[in-house]
Amino acid sequence: MVNHDLSVSLCGIRLQNPVIPASGTFGFGLELADSLDLNVLGGISLKGTTRDARPGNPTPRIAECTAGMINSVGLQNPGIEALVSDKAPALRRIYRGAIIANISGFSVEEYAYNCARADSCPDIDILEINVSCPNVHHGGMAFGTDPASAAAVTKAVKAVTHKPVFIKLSPNVTDIVAIARACEEAGADGICLINTVLGMRIDIKRRKPVIANKMGGFSGPAVFPLALRMVYQVAHACRIPVMGCGGVARAKDVIEMMMAGATAVQVGAENLRNPMACPEIIAALPALMDSLGINRLQDIIGIAE
Amino acid sequence: MQKRIFHIISNDAVARDTFRLELRTEGRVVMGSGQFVDIALPGRYLRRPISVSDVLPDGLILYYKVVGEGTRDLSAMVKGSELELLLPLGSGFHPEKCRESALLIGGGLGAAPLFLLAKELLARGKQATAVLGFNRADEICLAQELEALGVPVHLSTLDGSVGTKGFVTDAIAAVQPAFDRFFTCGPLPMMKAVCAALDTPGEVSLEERMGCGAGYCYGCTVITASGPRRVCADGPVFDKEEVLW
Repeated sequence: MVNHDLSVSLCGIRLQNPVIPASGTFGFGLELADSLDLNVLGGISLKGTTRDARPGNPTPRIAECTAGMINSVGLQNPGIEALVSDKAPALRRIYRGAIIANISGFSVEEYAYNCARADSCPDIDILEINVSCPNVHHGGMAFGTDPASAAAVTKAVKAVTHKPVFIKLSPNVTDIVAIARACEEAGADGICLINTVLGMRIDIKRRKPVIANKMGGFSGPAVFPLALRMVYQVAHACRIPVMGCGGVARAKDVIEMMMAGATAVQVGAENLRNPMACPEIIAALPALMDSLGINRLQDIIGIAE
Repeated sequence: MQKRIFHIISNDAVARDTFRLELRTEGRVVMGSGQFVDIALPGRYLRRPISVSDVLPDGLILYYKVVGEGTRDLSAMVKGSELELLLPLGSGFHPEKCRESALLIGGGLGAAPLFLLAKELLARGKQATAVLGFNRADEICLAQELEALGVPVHLSTLDGSVGTKGFVTDAIAAVQPAFDRFFTCGPLPMMKAVCAALDTPGEVSLEERMGCGAGYCYGCTVITASGPRRVCADGPVFDKEEVLW
């Protein structure tokens, strides 16, 4: 096997490989430090963080599905100060790759506040903005379902940070391209997609929804074709880099996401059924590249026209 | 936490819908009572968390109840089949905190982790008494195994077919065992009644629908007296004062 180059450049940040555990499926990285070698990971997207600590939703928060699962954790997190003063510095002490802070908010002002705090933390490399949160000032409609709202968040966040800003988009929209373009025009440095697809299960014995909050985010291999299609559309409509996410479970899926236009690839639900999923995918990439005649992963980004 | 392949030595029905699964692996297995394993089942997306009932030098004994399609699949698996497990998971019981004698209170399959706990207590020179509650006689499991260790076992059944008629709390009231610490695993209403009835220190093993089973998805959080805690990693065993019923 010849030397394969797995590295990619994301907004000028070199990742040793494109594989990143997705936010919410890997805690703050620290929880898994004793179980696997974090330093094989291209980056780590940390658990979504809000200004104040949140206890999250009542249980059950998890429902199993065919080829996937629904979660409704409800953004349980220790708050932005714990992220910048404790979690990110603790991870930096043991991890050399890209640390991605996933930032949530319930108002434009909260997004800006949280990002200003994250900007002050030298251990955070990239900000990933979760615009799937409900806007408390506009009847609870998610910021990411409207181009103007998504752009307003992007603009407010870009004004308070010099770190690369990726907007993580919700797939629960009619026109993903319009929202991605609005974010790009508002100054986003990149787009991450997709977040989970709104789903539901009912326990037919109890005659009640399985999830305490009734609905939740569906993810897993079942959503991969949907995610791939959206990554393809956005990557072709925008000039900024895309992190592809949604149903990635194998090295083949990473290659496919990159051929669709992703510069980096996030692995989500698969981590929950296999904590070693990311290291196993990274280890499988060189042989797969060999069989496909790929020397540099960077060369295949968006190659499938 | 490790991911390891085990193979099935036996997988037999021992009571109504209740199976005893004996597994072996390469190398040593080190786990404590109240901890659990997370089993990958072919064709099922999420793993199945199951508490450990006994630890062998190179194996495990688990008890599980057929409650849905996943556990029904598991019950059909035959000797020699491979299973991929994550282990050891969770924070278990604290036998070292028992001064002299312990009361083990199980409801239904909640008896399973109490078997390993009883062995640990006896190995430390402590005394143990068990009170096990079941709905009916054909659901009784692990009573003989505990007695074989030398642990006195008192039974309650809801239909009164065996032992005290009623709940474990009725059996405890009838037997009046002496103990300085209790350990309980079973249905939430049973454990709530136990904690309300007993004023000695005690430990409670909680159950919750889990995602990762290892503390990084935050899918099984419960609110406790000291804030949000993950059942899979901070528990499943909590001091009784921690649990907000």
